[in-house]
Amino acid sequence: MIKAMLEYQFLQNAFWAGILASIVCGVIGVIIVEKKLVMMSGGIAHTSYGGVGFGYWTGIEPVLGALVFSVAAALGIGYIKRKGGTRSDVVISLLWSLGMALGILFIALMPGYPPDISSYLFGSILSVTQTDLYMMTGETLIVVLAVAAFYNHWKAYLFDEEFASVIGIRTAFLEYFLLILIAMTVVVLIRVVGIILVLALLTSPAATAAIFTANLKKRMIYSVLIGNVFCFAGLWISYRMNIASGASIVVISVLSYLTAYLVHGRTGKIKTSSGSHGIRL
Amino acid sequence: MSRESIGKARAQAVRIRDLSVVFGQRPVLEDIGLEVAEGDYLGIIGPNGGGKSTLLKAILGLIEPASGTVAVFGEAPKKNKGVIGYVPQFAYMDRHFPITLREVVLTGRLKQGMAPFFRFSREDKEIVGNLLEKVGLAELADRQIYQLSGGEFQKMLIARALAVHPRLLLLDEPTASVDAASRDQIFSLLAELNQSMTIILVTHDLLAVSSEVRSLACLNGRLVYHGEPELNERIVNSLYGCPVDLVAHGVPHRVLKTHGEGGSQ
Repeated sequence: MIKAMLEYQFLQNAFWAGILASIVCGVIGVIIVEKKLVMMSGGIAHTSYGGVGFGYWTGIEPVLGALVFSVAAALGIGYIKRKGGTRSDVVISLLWSLGMALGILFIALMPGYPPDISSYLFGSILSVTQTDLYMMTGETLIVVLAVAAFYNHWKAYLFDEEFASVIGIRTAFLEYFLLILIAMTVVVLIRVVGIILVLALLTSPAATAAIFTANLKKRMIYSVLIGNVFCFAGLWISYRMNIASGASIVVISVLSYLTAYLVHGRTGKIKTSSGSHGIRL
Repeated sequence: MSRESIGKARAQAVRIRDLSVVFGQRPVLEDIGLEVAEGDYLGIIGPNGGGKSTLLKAILGLIEPASGTVAVFGEAPKKNKGVIGYVPQFAYMDRHFPITLREVVLTGRLKQGMAPFFRFSREDKEIVGNLLEKVGLAELADRQIYQLSGGEFQKMLIARALAVHPRLLLLDEPTASVDAASRDQIFSLLAELNQSMTIILVTHDLLAVSSEVRSLACLNGRLVYHGEPELNERIVNSLYGCPVDLVAHGVPHRVLKTHGEGGSQ
C-alpha cells in the first residue's frame, strides 16, 4: 500500500484527509463527549445534508453548502437552547430530519440525472479532491487554533459554565463558538466517513482516550493519535478488501472502543470515570 | 468607590428592590426587598422550592428578573464581575470531569473577557497554593476531582470562589452532604472570612445557621423574615406551613430542639 501511495494522488489525498479528520475529531470529540453534546452534533451533521442537496441544485460546491447549513443549524440549536422554553432535544430531532428531507428535495429539483450522493452519506476517503483538502486544512487550522488559544477558558467553561460566567468569561460567546466549531468538524468528517457515520468518529477516539487518561489535554492528544490509527486501519482494510472506506473506519473505531472498554473493565484499573462511557469506580 | 465605602460606616453590599422572578408561568420570587450591609453574614433559609438558589442567581446576574432591581456594591450585577465569589450547589456539578483539584481552583484566577493564549502567572499559582493551604487541601492538589469526598469537593469550590478575591461571597448549601468534621471546618473558615468580606449563605441547616450568622432571612417565595438570627416557632411555621412538613425535610431533631428552647424561655 505504501508503494501505491507514492504512486497515486488519490491515496495521498486520502492519507492527508485521514490525518486532518483525526485531528479535528480528536480535539472536538473530547469536548463533545465531556459536554454531552453528542446528539446535538448528530443533529448538526444530518442538517448539513440539506446543504449538500442545495449545493447540487444551485451548482455551488456541495461541501460548501454543507458548511453553510451546518453552521446555520448550530446557531439555531444554540439560540433555542439558550432561550430555553422549547425542549432542545425536540428541536434537534426536527432539524435532523428536516435537513435530510431538504437534501432529498433539492436533489429531486435538480435538472438532469441525479448525482451519486452516497459518498456524502457514507463517506469516501478515496475520492477526496485537492479542493476538499484545502477546505479541510483551513477548517482544521481554525478548530485547533480556537481550542488552543482559549484552552483555559474552554476548560473553565466545560467544567462549570455558571461559575465561568460569574467571573466574567463570555460563556454565550463560547457556546456559539463551540457549536460553530462542531459544524466545521462535521464538514471535515463528511468526506471521510459521511454524514450518517460521523458520530462514531466523533465519539469513539475521545471515549477510548478517556479510558487511558484523566487529563484533558492528554485526552485530546491521545484521541488524535487513536483517530489516526482508526482512519489508517480502516483505509488499509478498505483498500485491501475493496469495501467502502467510511464503513470500515467506523467498524474499526467501534470495535476498538468496545475492546478497550471490556479489557479495561476486566483488569479493573480505571484511571477515570467519565460519565460518557459509563465506567464507575 | 473605596473612599466612599470607608466614609459610610456600613455601606451596602447588596440592595434588592421589589424583585420578582418568574419561571414560565410560575412565580418563584415575589416582591423581594432586601438590603445586606457590607461586612454582614446573612443566612438564608427556607423550604425546597422557596427560591433560595434563585435569589442567589439573581444577585449574580445569572437570571433576568421579571421586575425589580438588584444592585451589588451600587452597580448592576452584570457590571460587577470579579467582585462576587460564588460557591454553587455541588449536587448539580459534573464530578467526573477530567480535571484536578488545583486546576479547578486555578479557574478562579481567569481574568475577565477573553485574552487569547492566556496562561496562569506564577502569582496566580502562588495564590492558589496559599488558598489550598488555607482550606486544608494542599496535599490533595493533584488529585482528580472524582477522587474527592463531599467535604473536600465543597472546600475546593470555596477555594475557587476565594481565588477571585471577592468582596462578597455567595454560598449555596455549602454543608449539604458533607461530613461533620468538614462542616465544622467550613463554618469556622466562613467566620474567619467574614472579617474581610460580606457573606450570604443559603442553607437547610437551621440550627447551624442561627448560631453562625449575623443576620437571617427566611424565604418562601416571599421574604418571610429578615433580621436577627433568632428562630422562633412563628417564623418556622410561616416558612414551612407545619412541623410535619419539617420532618419530611429530613431535619427533625434540630428543628424540634429549637422549638423546645423557644418554648421554655
